[in-house]
Order: sequence, then structure tokens, then C-alpha cells
Amino acid sequence: MSNLALLLQDVLEEPKLIDWEWIRENFWEDIVPAFQGHIFLSFVSVAIALLIALPVGVFSARFRKVYPPVTFVTGILYSIPSLALFAILISIPGVAIGPAPVIIALVAYSLLILIRNTVAGIDSVPPETIDAARGMGLTNRQILFRVELPLALPIIVAGIRIATVTIIGIATIGAYINGGGLGVLIFDGINRQFPTMIIAGAVLATAMAIVADVLLLGLERYLRPWARARRT
Amino acid sequence: MLSKILEVYARPDFPEKLREHVVLSLVALLVAVAIAMPVALLIRNTRLGAAIAINIGNVGRAVPSLAILALALPLLGIGFASALVALTALAIPPILINASTGLREVNKDVINAARGMGLSGGQILTRIQLPIAAPVIFAGIRTSAVQTVASATLATFIGAGGLGDLIVEGLQRRGPEILLAGAISVAILAIITEVGFGALERAFTPKGLKIAQKRGS
Repeated sequence: MSNLALLLQDVLEEPKLIDWEWIRENFWEDIVPAFQGHIFLSFVSVAIALLIALPVGVFSARFRKVYPPVTFVTGILYSIPSLALFAILISIPGVAIGPAPVIIALVAYSLLILIRNTVAGIDSVPPETIDAARGMGLTNRQILFRVELPLALPIIVAGIRIATVTIIGIATIGAYINGGGLGVLIFDGINRQFPTMIIAGAVLATAMAIVADVLLLGLERYLRPWARARRT
Repeated sequence: MLSKILEVYARPDFPEKLREHVVLSLVALLVAVAIAMPVALLIRNTRLGAAIAINIGNVGRAVPSLAILALALPLLGIGFASALVALTALAIPPILINASTGLREVNKDVINAARGMGLSGGQILTRIQLPIAAPVIFAGIRTSAVQTVASATLATFIGAGGLGDLIVEGLQRRGPEILLAGAISVAILAIITEVGFGALERAFTPKGLKIAQKRGS
């Protein structure tokens, strides 16, 4: 510990926090792969989480009794600190350190948000609209796919937005169990007492989250044509 | 396995790590409330203030907690103080955003009615706005509290102790029982925080509001 403190003092006495030389030299070797790895982790996790959350959400909206237990279980998953969840996952026999447990944990974190928003989206469809669709002779299945889900889509996308931003942040911690991504830069920076790497990882992860947030907000607005029409 | 995990809890350093974790989280949360609430009160009647609060909240949500903790290392050094600053910075946005929207969304008619009854600005704040906004404010504090307990696990990476120490020790020494002991205790602490602050939230919801909510649903 005292060694670490001494090293840190050296770092602090050195005035430059960002070593541009290092960034230039290691851009293609370290920074770009970490960035790509981070996109991969986040994207795959949100995609898998959606594949689970959409059917569960639709089912919970139909059969109201299953909704409280579903939110209870996913709520507990959501409140387990990420480092703890990673640790629990890799101590299961057969689960090795690497991207797999990271993706499992990230999926677990997204479920609550995605399921909740799917149910809220379906609930937001006015009953008159469904009556009208039924009056037009649509079957239950057609009502779900042609009326309820399209109308619920903006709220579902709002959920995807929150989940994606959350996951991009948590994915950085996955590097601790060899999941890759921008966390690699942050942890290496901590271990080597090299602020440039910490800052590179932190800034890129934040930028990625903000860009994802803005893009998905744009999609959400685009999917709400009625809201745009009302505003103009 | 279970008995091995229990052995870890019997270790003399476990209460110390638990204490570090709780103190770090609690102090960060209290400082965050002490900063965010006055700011929310100051900006409650300005449109610009609301925009600022929401933007701080959004950016705060986008910055990974590991990033803030790791950045505190080169800027503030190793140990408890820098972890405290980082965790406080993380805890402010949810409280600020909820307190500011909660106060703003108090029905204008209610405030006008109170003004008509002759209440002063201060009375409107303490008797009308704060009680009505209380559930939303406490929801923000709860979000912050759970997030702070979770992020305090990462304090171990910058030498600030806490239960994260056990997880790191377990991973480095390949001691799954140490790792699990740390993970389980952190998870339980987070769930207790969630449930406890949820109860606080309900306790501070005014009776009239509860009746209105029931009728509404």
C-alpha cells in the first residue's frame, strides 16, 4: 500500500495527466480494440435482454398475476451490485472468466427496465383503439403485432435507451473478470498508475453512453409521430 | 462451501470492512443530500434551473461509476477521501433531478389555492410543496442510496476498503468462499438499502396523497 502511495506521488508530481504520445502510439493496438469490445458487449447484452424481455413483458401485460413476481425477481437482480454479480457468476462451476459472465450479468441488469417499459407501453394503448381493431375483425395476434406493439414501441425504445446507457457504464467493470472493453484501459491505468489510460477509458465510455442516449432519444421521437404532429 | 463462507464472516477483519462500506456509503449519501437539496430548492421556480438539473442528471447517468472512481485516483490520490468525493459526485444527480422535478410538478392550482388562503412563500414550501413532492424526493434518495452502496464496492480499486476488498481478495487468491462472502454481503446490503429506503419513501408519503393514489389506480 505504501508503495502504491509513493508511486502515486510520483504520478502527481508529474504535471501531465494526459500523455498524448502514448495515445498516438497505442491508438490502434489498445484503444480501438477496447472500444470495439465495449460496443460488442453492450450491443449483444441489450439484444439478448430484448429477446427475453419482450415476450415476458407481453405475457405479463396479458396475465397480470405474473407481473408482480416478475418485477420482484428482476428487481432483486437489478439491485445486486455489479462487481458482486460478476463474482457470484464466475464462482458457479463451469463459468469461466471472460465475456460470457459479463454478458449474462448485463442481460440480468437490463431485464427490469425493459420488461417494465414493455408492460407500460402496452398499457398505454387506449382500450378504444383495441376495440376498434377488434371491430375491424383483427384476431388477438394481429391486434398484438399490428396495433399494441407498434403503439407501445416509443415507450419500449425509451426502456432500451435507459438500459443501454446503464449497461455501457456497468460493462466497464466487466474488464475485471476479463470481459474486455474500455474497462481494460481503466484497470490497466489503475494498476500501472498511468492516468492517461484511466482518462482515455473513462472519457470514451462516457462519450459512448451519451451518443447512445442521443441516438436512441432520436429514434424514440421519430417513433412518436403523433407527438411531433401535436407540437407543430 | 456454506461453512467456509461463514468462516469468512467470522474473520476479525469482516466487521471492519462492513463498517468501512457502510460509513463510506452513508457519508457520501448525506453529503450528496446536503448539496443537492438546497440547490433543488433554489432552482425550483426557474425554468433555466430545471434545464440545468435535468442535464446534470443525464450526463451524470452517462458517466460510468468506475470511471468517476478511477478518475479520482490521479486527481485526489488513494484512499477514503477520494472515494468519498467520487461517490458523492455519483449520488448527487438522482437526488437533484428528482427533487427538482418533484417540486416543480406540484399542481399550480394547489399552490394558488394555498396563496389564496394567505400562506407565505415559506409556508407554501414547507406545508404544500415539500410534503407533496416528498415521495418523488425520497425515490431519488433511494435510487442514489442503492447506487452508492453498489459503487462503494468499487472503492477497493482505489484503496478505500469496503466489502469490495473481499471480492478482490477472493479473485486474486482464487478463494471462491472469500469472493462469495464478499459478493453475498454486498448484495444483501444493497437489497436492505432498497427495501429500507422504500419503507422510508412510503412513510413520508402524505396520507391524502396515498388515498388519491389508491383512487387513481
